[in-house]
Amino acid sequence: MEAAARMADDGERGDAMRRVLVDDDRVHRDAYVDPEVFARELRTFWASTWQYLAHASQVPNAGDVVTVELAGRPLLLVRTGDGELRVLFNRCAHKGTKLVDDERVNVGRHFRCPYHAWTYALDGTPLGVPLREGYDGTRLASCSSGGGLAPLRHVAVHRDFVFVKLGDAGPGFAEYFGDALGALDLLADRSPVGTLEVAGGVLRTIVRANWKIYLENINDTVHPMATHESAVAAARTVWGDRPEGAEKPMAMEQILPFGAPYDFFDQMGARVYPNGHSVLGTKHSIHSGYGRLPEYEAAMRAAYGEARAAEILEHAPQNAVLYPSVAVKGSPQSMRVIRPLAVDRTLVEAWSFRAVGAPDVLLERTQTYNRLVFSPMSIVAHDDLHLFESIQQGLAAEGNPWISLHRGHRSGEELQPVQDVNGTNELLMRNQFRAWAHILALGDEVRA
Amino acid sequence: MTAIDASRERELAALVADEAMLLDAGRFDDWLALWDAEARYWVPLAGAAQADDERGQSLADEDRMLLELRVARLRHPRAHSLKPRVACQHVLQPSRVEHADAAAATLVTPFVYVEAQGAHELMLTGRARHRLVRTAGGWKIREKRVDLLGAERPLPAVQLFV
Repeated sequence: MEAAARMADDGERGDAMRRVLVDDDRVHRDAYVDPEVFARELRTFWASTWQYLAHASQVPNAGDVVTVELAGRPLLLVRTGDGELRVLFNRCAHKGTKLVDDERVNVGRHFRCPYHAWTYALDGTPLGVPLREGYDGTRLASCSSGGGLAPLRHVAVHRDFVFVKLGDAGPGFAEYFGDALGALDLLADRSPVGTLEVAGGVLRTIVRANWKIYLENINDTVHPMATHESAVAAARTVWGDRPEGAEKPMAMEQILPFGAPYDFFDQMGARVYPNGHSVLGTKHSIHSGYGRLPEYEAAMRAAYGEARAAEILEHAPQNAVLYPSVAVKGSPQSMRVIRPLAVDRTLVEAWSFRAVGAPDVLLERTQTYNRLVFSPMSIVAHDDLHLFESIQQGLAAEGNPWISLHRGHRSGEELQPVQDVNGTNELLMRNQFRAWAHILALGDEVRA
Repeated sequence: MTAIDASRERELAALVADEAMLLDAGRFDDWLALWDAEARYWVPLAGAAQADDERGQSLADEDRMLLELRVARLRHPRAHSLKPRVACQHVLQPSRVEHADAAAATLVTPFVYVEAQGAHELMLTGRARHRLVRTAGGWKIREKRVDLLGAERPLPAVQLFV
């Protein structure tokens, strides 16, 4: 099909999909189970939204490279000789070989393709090919094959978090995230010097369910009571009848709050932003009760002043979502990254950050939380994962094609630029789906 | 280190084999009874590449309290993820005694671990290192370090003990 015709067709089909799949207060099951919808998501949705790629601290030195597969596209982030960050497609301009196989490596002063030894500078410009004279009189120089490694056109770095947009459609970085980016500032400013470093390895889980089921659950405050009953009951059994206020080991401090009652979650407060972003736990969260650290707090006040230090330290949301690829906390310094693999398969990564200049216990809390709650061997996550996979299977049922998002909905609900709601309002999910349907309908404008 | 005789080696290796057998049989309370009060069940995220004293991340790093918590959860009627039933099978290569004296011993045991639930079957392989200590109640497990092959790859839920 001609590209223009396909674009028009995609536009129409996108509109149709949007009307059919997303209602004001409910979503059609095909959004989760239809391979055609997923294929369209890869083409338009994942290419028109800003995705988290990697953190600058992963490539501190010239020649450092990390590779990432993002919505099916192989990418790499490289630190060039003059200290700049570049994002390139990880694909030799010649035949398509991936230039870098390792997830993290230093390639030295240039890229060299293992297949025919084509070489490229760290910024992707072509350096050399063997048998150069064989290309005399050919059109190689005017072809993209002669132009070096293709760079991504849309790259933005905010507080060392590197984001990319694969295609040209969709808003620019600042407009897309707006004030929701404040969650990254509040995370980075947990360091008295405002700097984070990736620390200690990333936990990766395969979830046999659509990515949206995982992402919605990040904003689901009504599931812990039922879903996590076994983990909480077991923790209470083991913790036993120790006196109120007895100092808890870190693991207990982190697991027991999953048993908080509905009121606690309802009153934690939430805020939604345009384009699907949100902060859950604007007032408090299950992370609010971690032990105080007076020396660290004093250092924070010295660094940021009384008011900003209080704002940073009190910001311990359940989750802030930078739709659709990121969920961050503030305390612990934990970030989840969501990657779509197939209509019924999702990769979830749990990253830990060291807040530079902060006491080691903050990193210990972060790694402990990620391990207890997000590891494939997690005590808490097993029930989550099981239920996500159960949803994916259950949606094959006929008779009821809808997924309910009714809680807290009022007819004529309009999304304000920024809106505060109670913590159990499913507006956070409706807000995601409004963004999803809107972006899905954008024409296929990914650069060829 | 004093040399140990073959019968002591067999006794220590039998403890490692029993540990796996009790997990495969789902006898978690009996399994817990094999552990010392100062227990550590450790699955480092970088596998064998992770140094013993490295403060890196782990897939699991649990003391006696957390092991008891896990076992209590496995018994809970609303541990949803255990339906349908989850079961495991350890296939052990003979243990090699790295060190043993009257008070402590270290054994290394290559293994294949299979966890099955419904239509899904997950296979992990690697080496387990058991550090055993002699207590008033006999030999106990002080630490089990599990170095998985490909520990850093994305994994589905691993629900029981490797």
